[in-house]
Amino acid sequence: MDEPRQSAPVIEPGHTFATVTDKISSIVLTRPTSNGWFVGFGLAFLVFMGGLYAIGYLFVRGVGIWGVNIPVGWGFAIVNFVWWIGIGHAGTLISAILLLLRQSWRNSINRFAEAMTLFAVSCAGLFPILHLGRPWLAYWLFPYPNTMNVWPQFRSPLVWDVFAVSTYFTISLLFWFIGLIPDLATLRDRSENRAARIIYGMLAMGWRGSARHWSRYETAYLLLAGLATPLVLSVHTVVSFDFAISIIPGWHTTIFPPYFVAGAIYSGFAMVLMLAIPIRKIYGLEDFITDRHLNNSAMVMLATGLIVAYGYGIEAFMGWYSGNRYDSFLLWNRLHGPYAPLYYLLLICNIGIPQVLWIRKLRSSPLGLFLVSGVILVGMWLERFIIVVVSLHHDFLTSSWGMYYPTRWDWLTYIGTIGLFLSAMFLFVRILPMISIFEMRTLLPQAEVKPE
Amino acid sequence: MKRTPIYGMMAEFDSPSDLVAAARRTYEAGYQKIDAYSPFPIEELAEAIGFRSNAVPLVVLIGGLIGCLSGYALQYWISVITYPINVGGRPLHSWPAFIVVTFEMTILFAGLAAVLGMLALNGLPMPYHPVFNVPRFAFATKDRFFLMIFSTDPKFNPVDTRRFLEGLSPRSISEVPS
Repeated sequence: MDEPRQSAPVIEPGHTFATVTDKISSIVLTRPTSNGWFVGFGLAFLVFMGGLYAIGYLFVRGVGIWGVNIPVGWGFAIVNFVWWIGIGHAGTLISAILLLLRQSWRNSINRFAEAMTLFAVSCAGLFPILHLGRPWLAYWLFPYPNTMNVWPQFRSPLVWDVFAVSTYFTISLLFWFIGLIPDLATLRDRSENRAARIIYGMLAMGWRGSARHWSRYETAYLLLAGLATPLVLSVHTVVSFDFAISIIPGWHTTIFPPYFVAGAIYSGFAMVLMLAIPIRKIYGLEDFITDRHLNNSAMVMLATGLIVAYGYGIEAFMGWYSGNRYDSFLLWNRLHGPYAPLYYLLLICNIGIPQVLWIRKLRSSPLGLFLVSGVILVGMWLERFIIVVVSLHHDFLTSSWGMYYPTRWDWLTYIGTIGLFLSAMFLFVRILPMISIFEMRTLLPQAEVKPE
Repeated sequence: MKRTPIYGMMAEFDSPSDLVAAARRTYEAGYQKIDAYSPFPIEELAEAIGFRSNAVPLVVLIGGLIGCLSGYALQYWISVITYPINVGGRPLHSWPAFIVVTFEMTILFAGLAAVLGMLALNGLPMPYHPVFNVPRFAFATKDRFFLMIFSTDPKFNPVDTRRFLEGLSPRSISEVPS
């Protein structure tokens, strides 16, 4: 390892168990809620309400208010579903995979990355349900004994998706919650407010930090990480099966699972940085979320971005090399068809601009990383748009070709879920410790047990 | 044996090293019903108080097996027995298509078993516990380390145990009322 990279520490020196505890818990317990928080939350909530309006109108009028129609039946709903669930993946990667790889720098960003996962998966889950046409019958997706005497078709990747996404949400929630238990106990013991003490106390379930409890806790946490690791890879693999199992040109490829997983992590880290950079500035957490974290996240983005670029390359290569006229046409259509400007924009956002991350100076510049992350999030959204729309709008039969134009309701629903996501994040940073306090304590040099 | 009105005797330490050393000496001195409390997990501590059997992995294994078998059985029963659909003469028991849901169910049940099993083995949720009667115990979730000798220990004696704990040079000693 070269020196300059190691020089940025995971946690600034001079902290003790007490200062770490106070610094993080005071954000929740004693720091007055700022006007900025109210304005930010208010705006996000307003946007969310706009989305709810669009959803309400959808319930009244049906999916006809959206731009979806044959041949493009998947439109924004599936684009946004894949985009959101991909964003969620970085949270699990940070909390589970980096835990197993003993990357202890993750300890200061895993909590809010996990929260991000939960909220992103919640947004993601909305779209397929809204897309059902009759969303109030969404429970038909699950196998349960019913008077109609019908059951789900387990050979369909859409049913696999139901299981994958609901399992993913449940496991993410469990992982996040058991990580919170010791910190909730800290909040219970530090809170001056009786109501807060009772609420945090109930949630902490009487945690008292006994050595026996810690021992079982650590085992359960590690096993959960071990379970979440293959799970997170499987979830986006199953999402890619929704496409790859079909015979549509551009979807029917074996590269989809790894390329989707890499893309998910790519966009997820971009979202982590877009959240972490303002949060550490506003709450003065530069001691805990240091330049090392920004640098490492940027390098993960660079690596996964290159895998995504390889995916695009293989898609284009196979379009030419397969000799299949439909695959070649898809490539031509991407490059010269009606949606070609979006494809070029996608290449610029996902492959072109992110190459600036090779520059070390930029990897330690919060503003630069923030902007690059924004570009990547746009690029990854465009990628899903290209995959869904360009493949569907011109498939095998010329007579069934068509165009897809999103309506204002498509946009309002999409932007509304961003409002939902941000509202939930605002509430989260206000009422729960956004950095894992107990895991930060273990990073301090004092936490080491000296041999007698 | 006459039932003592106290739950145990608690000593407070400043650092994880002190606590682990004290816990080792207490265990070596023959006290068996002891516990230690810390604001973060300390690997050496569980062993120092003589805690070795950890049943969590077994619970997770059982949970995972139940999820795996029930997930596959569910799909088999639906696809082959109760709701068979003939798609172009393909076999009803098309096992490769059942792998994904079986896998997801394995993870789901194992994960639930890990969390619920850990909580159940720890006896949580337990909102009330005698240790919370000690006001200084609030620091156990911040920056202090506590060692506890329960009054149910055969060697426990209010006078001798307190003298023993004083020998460990703790920061303070408290009696825990039950």
